[in-house]
Amino acid sequence: MQLSVKGVVRRFGPVAALGGVDLDVAEGEFLTILGPSGSGKTTLLKTVAGFEIPDEGAVLLGGEDVTLSPPRRRDMGMVFQNYALFPHMTVAQNVAFPLEMRRRPREEITRRVEEALRLVELQAFGERLPRQLSGGQQQRVALARAVVFGPRLLLLDEPFGALDRKLREALQLEVRRLQRRLRLTTLFITHDQEEALIMSDRIAVMERGRIEQVGPPAELYARPATRFVADFLGESNLLEGSLLDGVAQVPGFGGVPLAGAHPPGTVTLLLRPEALRLATEAEAAPCQGLGRVVETIFLGLSAKLRLQMDGGAEVLARIPLRPSSPPPASEGATMLVGFSPEDVHVVPRG
Amino acid sequence: MRHPRRFSVGNFLLASSAGLVFLFLMLPLLVVFPISVSSASYLQFPPPGFSWQWYQRYLDDPGWIDATIRSVQAATLCTVLAMGLGVPLSFFLVRSRLAGVRVLDRLAAAPIIVPTIILSIALYGVFSRLQLIGEWYGVAIAHTVLALPFVVILVGAGLRTFDEAQEQAAAGLGAAWPRIIWRVTLPQLRPSLISAAFLAFISSFDELVLAMFLSGASMTLPKKMFDNIMMEIDPTIAAVSVLQILLVGLCLGLTSLFGRGALTTTITR
Repeated sequence: MQLSVKGVVRRFGPVAALGGVDLDVAEGEFLTILGPSGSGKTTLLKTVAGFEIPDEGAVLLGGEDVTLSPPRRRDMGMVFQNYALFPHMTVAQNVAFPLEMRRRPREEITRRVEEALRLVELQAFGERLPRQLSGGQQQRVALARAVVFGPRLLLLDEPFGALDRKLREALQLEVRRLQRRLRLTTLFITHDQEEALIMSDRIAVMERGRIEQVGPPAELYARPATRFVADFLGESNLLEGSLLDGVAQVPGFGGVPLAGAHPPGTVTLLLRPEALRLATEAEAAPCQGLGRVVETIFLGLSAKLRLQMDGGAEVLARIPLRPSSPPPASEGATMLVGFSPEDVHVVPRG
Repeated sequence: MRHPRRFSVGNFLLASSAGLVFLFLMLPLLVVFPISVSSASYLQFPPPGFSWQWYQRYLDDPGWIDATIRSVQAATLCTVLAMGLGVPLSFFLVRSRLAGVRVLDRLAAAPIIVPTIILSIALYGVFSRLQLIGEWYGVAIAHTVLALPFVVILVGAGLRTFDEAQEQAAAGLGAAWPRIIWRVTLPQLRPSLISAAFLAFISSFDELVLAMFLSGASMTLPKKMFDNIMMEIDPTIAAVSVLQILLVGLCLGLTSLFGRGALTTTITR
């Protein structure tokens, strides 16, 4: 069901944890709140769930104002960071809990618990206790418990934080598939930008109690609206230059012609590491400079190089590697570094 | 192949000192039990012969039986009161964000610290006005004051390790507060609750000083035992002691069986 957050403010003493947040999540959409710790994302989630009452503003669910409703009246399924399964109940009892609270008839509970457990492929584990399951299995029980009663909204609070990398990646895709299949409107909280890129229809980046930018992952990655978003989402080179007559003078690279109209003065250019070309591949690039390799990091399918530009800043380049590729340049080597102006995004000032 | 363990002086000293302490604690039992089955009519150790006569005398004497029943009644009422007041109080002391609640938390242990004599004199003044002197339930109420700290400390410790996110989860899943407490919180506090209840029971069942001041003519078992020693020393007192030790031991046994609760019992189920 559609969720609207309108002008929500929440202060803790002199600190504004939420400084006027507006957000709309469309029906069936998977929206991620991405932000560093202390950015207010957890407070926002708690406000939506009903564990926090905002000082100002409103939370609307399907057009209904639920700002002051207690959590139990909101019909939201929530998965907590540490799962919060009830350790004294079996898996089936855990999943049955929200249905029992809604006083559903016995047969319906049995049937829906079975369905929910099948959905997360744990139908054989109903009689086990949570502590007899692995972390990933516990996570799936928590998910089954959150969706079994057909919630109006699914809330996920950093649900993969405690899992190892392989399991996390598998569960990310599983949750995404489940969410699409059930067409659940979902609000997902994370500080992991990679996770946000993988899972979301749209991402809202939060910083200091405000939403910096909302948009589809590709758009946020390619055209960040603020310096913070550019820096937080993915790896980035932020180059300062002075703009005159549509050409930015960037130390180390010379003049970079920019498309579109920009006010003259200092500009910040975003250049993703994969936009940089090195050595012979850089020869044809319109913008070039000489860089000395400071560090080389081998990553398997690619390599990252930190280069000190001659008369300029340090930049990060990422080059793809094939099995037949020669080993990436070693530290101390000097090489040509280039890029094409189309790959440059001008980060708006402010 | 196993590596040979080397003899360590430290381990030897630790084991022998632990053994001595254990012996010190157990020796009274080793004396009391033989005397309770003594054939002699006075306290003599080692006893000259075997006889159940002192147990028989305990069972035949309505004074002893009445005192026992009164003590069980008082201890039961004390347990009910201490739990009924102590559990909500623990929730308040652990969960409240009011300023000064930490001081109150420390103060909850005060009845253990205040000398029982002082408490007895104070309660005597109050109880005589309320006409509670000489009533077994008066003793139970007084014992509740002493038992309350046990409940608050044990249940408070259980509550502090309880993950409050579970209550939020339950609320989010549609449960109202009474049901959250009943279905989610209390079942997980079961080990603490059982330990607290048994300790409250034992603390009342064993208590002498308050009973001396407050019980008057309707004596509790410890008071009766005290009077027995003062007036006519015979091995009945040993027999009663053994029975009392067995009852308290049973309480402690049940506590360790169910007090660990959630863990051991639910796994086997």
